[in-house]
Amino acid sequence: MKKYSAFSLVRHALSHNRKWREAWRSPEPRREYDVVIVGGGGHGLATAYYLAKEHGIRNVAVLEKGWIGGGSTGRNTTIVRSNYLWTEASLLYEHSMKLWEGLSQDLNYNVMFSQRGVYNLGHTLQDMRDIERRVNANRLNGIDAEVVTAEQIARDIPWINTSADARYPVLGASLQRRAGVARHDAVAWGFARAADARGVDIIEQCEVTGIIRESGRVTGVETTRGTIRAPKVGVVVAGNASVLAAMAGLRLPIESHPLQAFVSEPLKPVLDTVVMSNAVHGYVSQSDKGELVIGAGIDAYNGYGQRGSFHTIEHTMQAMIELFPVFSRVRMMRQWGGIVDVCPDACPIVSTTPVGGLYFNCGWGTGGFKATPGSGWVFAYTIARDRPHELNAPFDLERFTTGALIDEHGAAAVAH
Amino acid sequence: MLLIECPWCGERAETEFSYGGEAGIVRPADPDALSDAEWADYLFNRNNPRGAHRELWNHAQGCRRWFAVERDTVTYRISGSYRLAGDPGAGDD
Repeated sequence: MKKYSAFSLVRHALSHNRKWREAWRSPEPRREYDVVIVGGGGHGLATAYYLAKEHGIRNVAVLEKGWIGGGSTGRNTTIVRSNYLWTEASLLYEHSMKLWEGLSQDLNYNVMFSQRGVYNLGHTLQDMRDIERRVNANRLNGIDAEVVTAEQIARDIPWINTSADARYPVLGASLQRRAGVARHDAVAWGFARAADARGVDIIEQCEVTGIIRESGRVTGVETTRGTIRAPKVGVVVAGNASVLAAMAGLRLPIESHPLQAFVSEPLKPVLDTVVMSNAVHGYVSQSDKGELVIGAGIDAYNGYGQRGSFHTIEHTMQAMIELFPVFSRVRMMRQWGGIVDVCPDACPIVSTTPVGGLYFNCGWGTGGFKATPGSGWVFAYTIARDRPHELNAPFDLERFTTGALIDEHGAAAVAH
Repeated sequence: MLLIECPWCGERAETEFSYGGEAGIVRPADPDALSDAEWADYLFNRNNPRGAHRELWNHAQGCRRWFAVERDTVTYRISGSYRLAGDPGAGDD
């Protein structure tokens, strides 16, 4: 891998930028690998990267049915935070946050991680009580968090409607200053490039059509580009988790839903932080190009179609205009839908399975992007050691049988 | 937006309905007789298919009845609405 640096920028500029090498190879799949990762999104690529980096397992293939980062990795609102209520969840997301903080240097790829802060607004007395509880829980877990008043919000985010006669008046917020946003495509490309440099084969246009098992153990996968053998298979395919699970005879506590998001026409700088609201249910930030990046809730029905219903769009825009009346004339430029894999307790599954050598990483639901490095890190550990790390041990499949759920539904900073 | 046919009221906009998830999940008659794994399977596990899906909808802003819809989860095309077992005019649902 050629190192990217200011010097390389200058050097390539002198040759009119015609000599840049490809960021990762496009190899033909080999017949056999030590580990096969199914799914070339951010989580899958991060898993391959940390398998190579932390565990020295370099004979790895990442199989992607479309193109790298073309699924939910490129279909989110790029918010990164770790202010979850329960200890299990907050430690997992905080581990991810710490990896984010050094990620651009680690990958030698600018993922444009911008710690511009995330405000989670409270609109009712109960919201504010929940916020105080969550902020205290975060601080006990060593995560930065603070409660801010409506006056502070009015000062720091001047365009937000903090008037007392709003239908959902802003009473205050929680603020995590280390939270922010990152460039989603760069995260996929950066992990792909860094994994490739360590010997990982990234194989695009290669859909897994079957999971081969012999006497209770996985031995490989059938793909549209032939059979690929491997003693360990890690599946991290977000919305399609149930489909892959069915190939291995498993059933998961997951439902797939469309989640829509929007980008507006570019504006002059108007919002230098991230604002989320549970009660009016929307979240917004402004990208470096000036576009507002807006998201809200899932469509109610099960769906794999990467699009949702119009009334969900309307609901999202109502929330935005309620919070920021100044945005009422802004036109939306693009809209897209990703497929989110929602778990009953709004927490992920990063787990071994009843099938030997088969591992699942799924159920991140509406909040998987922020977890990308941490998810890959713990999943790589789980695959390499055939047992979970203490950070993801609570997130096993067994919790649905034992009842030890981690109920972040409503407890986390935003409704799911 | 989906155009959903309520078997009682006819075609209405999706916003009149609320979604009830996978159809055909029957509460076990004797939960005490189940193992934890069987109970978890009933409670949490879902088929979540990519393709044909039989699901429950409630005409919340209309007749307030539950019924089943067969819908494709990729194309979102609805192929039929059905009254639930026990309702007048129901099939074998």
